[in-house]
Amino acid sequence: MALLQISEPGESPEPHQARLAAGIDLGTTNSLVATVRNSIAVALPDAEGQVLLPSIVRYLADGQPEVGCAAQAMQAKDPKNTIASVKRFMGRGLKDAHAENTSYAFIDAPGMLQLRTVAGPKSPVEVSAEILKVLRRRAEESLGGELHGAVITVPAYFDDAQRQATKDAARLAGIHVLRLLNEPTAAAIAYGLDNAAEGIYAVYDLGGGTFDLSILRLSKGVFEVMATSGDASLGGDDFDHRLMCWIVDQARLAPLSDEDMRLLLARSRTAKEHLTAYDVAQISAKLGSGELVNLKLTRQVFQDMTQHLVTKTLSPTRKALRDAGLSVEEVKGVVMVGGATRMPHVQQAVGALFKQSPLNNLDPDKVVALGAAMQANALAGNRAEGDDWLLLDVIPLSLGLETMGGLVEKIIPRNSTIPVARAQEFTTFKDGQTAMSVQVVQGERELVSDCRALARFELRGIPPMVAGAARILVSFQVDADGLLAVSAREMSTGIEASVAVKPSYGLADEDITRMLRDSFDHAKDDVHTRALREQQVEGRRLLEATEAALAEDRGLLSPAESASIDTEISALAHALDCTDHRRIKSHVERVNKVTEDFAARRMDRSVKRALAGKNIENLSL
Amino acid sequence: MTLDINQNHFKLFGLTEGFRLPLDQLDQVYRRLQAEVHPDRFIHAGENERRMSMQWAMHVNEAYQTLKKPIKRTGYLLSLHGIDPKIETNTSMPHDFLVEQMEWREALEEAAALHDGARLSALEALLRKGMDGLYRDAEAEIDARHDYAAAALTFRKLMFLEKLGEEIHYAITELDD
Repeated sequence: MALLQISEPGESPEPHQARLAAGIDLGTTNSLVATVRNSIAVALPDAEGQVLLPSIVRYLADGQPEVGCAAQAMQAKDPKNTIASVKRFMGRGLKDAHAENTSYAFIDAPGMLQLRTVAGPKSPVEVSAEILKVLRRRAEESLGGELHGAVITVPAYFDDAQRQATKDAARLAGIHVLRLLNEPTAAAIAYGLDNAAEGIYAVYDLGGGTFDLSILRLSKGVFEVMATSGDASLGGDDFDHRLMCWIVDQARLAPLSDEDMRLLLARSRTAKEHLTAYDVAQISAKLGSGELVNLKLTRQVFQDMTQHLVTKTLSPTRKALRDAGLSVEEVKGVVMVGGATRMPHVQQAVGALFKQSPLNNLDPDKVVALGAAMQANALAGNRAEGDDWLLLDVIPLSLGLETMGGLVEKIIPRNSTIPVARAQEFTTFKDGQTAMSVQVVQGERELVSDCRALARFELRGIPPMVAGAARILVSFQVDADGLLAVSAREMSTGIEASVAVKPSYGLADEDITRMLRDSFDHAKDDVHTRALREQQVEGRRLLEATEAALAEDRGLLSPAESASIDTEISALAHALDCTDHRRIKSHVERVNKVTEDFAARRMDRSVKRALAGKNIENLSL
Repeated sequence: MTLDINQNHFKLFGLTEGFRLPLDQLDQVYRRLQAEVHPDRFIHAGENERRMSMQWAMHVNEAYQTLKKPIKRTGYLLSLHGIDPKIETNTSMPHDFLVEQMEWREALEEAAALHDGARLSALEALLRKGMDGLYRDAEAEIDARHDYAAAALTFRKLMFLEKLGEEIHYAITELDD
């Protein structure tokens, strides 16, 4: 059976089947998956009807880990093997993970820490992948087919290492990532499309472990992020923790065991949630020693002890406004996102700063996933005519290089619209210098020691010259997922070194391959079948894309060009049935080569079309 | 027949070259261009088109920022006319400009040391006024008189003020943290 129908020249291919796409909110406390059904975004429930999956994974000595409620129920009994809030450790080393006061056994691996469990050491990437696998299965069962791809959300203030770690987790869970999407941007899409909003909006997103504040301009179907700011380690968890400390203090408890700590954290969380609707909460717990804790907590006391955490969100908020060059009066609405924004004192503080009541008409736990689902649906090519929008997002933190004396030279400033490329020339500082070390950093401070080191690489083989004579061009590229690639080239010789900014946090491609091998789901796959499958997917995708392009624009080709493209694509279509991944790969390359000019002509035509303004009606909501 | 990605930014946006620009039109064309070339439109395209989409989207972003920000636009117009403003080497400035600079810097240091947010904001407003004046100069020099040598001096002054503006911005942020 032919894998794809090749249409005749001038004939449109069959209208393609809607591709199954989902949006996944991989949260600190809860995760969920949503999809667009009959043009409406819906969050998908599990068999018990629960939409929110607690982001908790419990490892067992043998067999599949438990994920979600089952794991949550065992937190206080098995605190070492039951991992909660793993998002806080994504892309983080031990010293910057705020890993103190937790019940886990950490291993300080290079770049990213690991957790020691009964099933062996686990990287936060692997733990996150377990959560993603459950959501992927849920989506596939609900949609009745294999997931074509997903949009996965990340805090806007996540740095490069945290983003890369999230993408790796998705890959480990067998999910094709259509795009990493910033959480507040996802919320803005859901809010904006639901309300046909126009104007400048702020999104205040206080999640379980992260805080983001983004300011967007919504106009005629364009969502343009003007500025983003935040705190990658501030969230609802911190309120729970503060309350737990209060309990220990009030009840005069001895230092807690891991089990008791998890128990009291869970009780703190319940009390915090209770105080959103009620003035008083009762906190009761029976500790491992048999000691009973019984305390009464008023909303006022809770607010007083956590007010400093609320205040901590306001300076990034003001910073984003300053970066966007706006006064609060220019902000039309403030969209509240994340379960922690339900707390009344958070609502009050935001209302007071923006001099208006915040917008709470979307469920703060679901809005991110719903926006991600809308974006996934659009990216998968399922959008309906006239239902078109464009998203222009930014990088949250400046990217730069270490220069002499531990100073930072910024190459791409924060809040630059992505994708973005920037290059800068540097030179040697010693006579005869033949190598140069490039340290890539992310952050706002002038000193390297105050920024986060992303990667270090060396450019070697520079011909010996007097100091200052070599011209080394360092190029930074940030793609639409917000991920950075850096390359350096000596201009007189063309010697080049480049790095995808991945290795510094510790997960090289080999690590991913190892994890894939180790993971239960892929135990039966060997390297060959995996490579074959990946090549087939790539080949099919290319075939489909080329088919669609020909159906639209065959007119841009001469008869001879047209014929040679047809020859190559049918050769690729035949090769897809074979079992040799190298053969498919070589056909993929041949199709890419033969369609290069065609692609360039189509691109030019798109640009010209934009200039002629013919496409403007597609941009209206 | 192919469009040159290195063509003049003004041509890319279909605008007449000059300091004074219809910013509404710039915004509109920018959005139309991104709507066509953004990588989100090419998720399912072949490798060639995905690569070109990324290159174009980067280029359109860069060109847009260059034209949108008046200081960058000034520098770009100079480079189009073969003028190198020699920011690093040419430090000759009119005496009164330098005196004013020194006064502003002293005011910044003083206000920052005293954690005086109100004075920092006042200084920022003053600086903005100074830059607006220089932009009026640049417009007259470039659009009316085509005197690019004079515009190069104005550009160097603007770079001074821009740097000072960043430092004020930084001091205000520090104060808030």
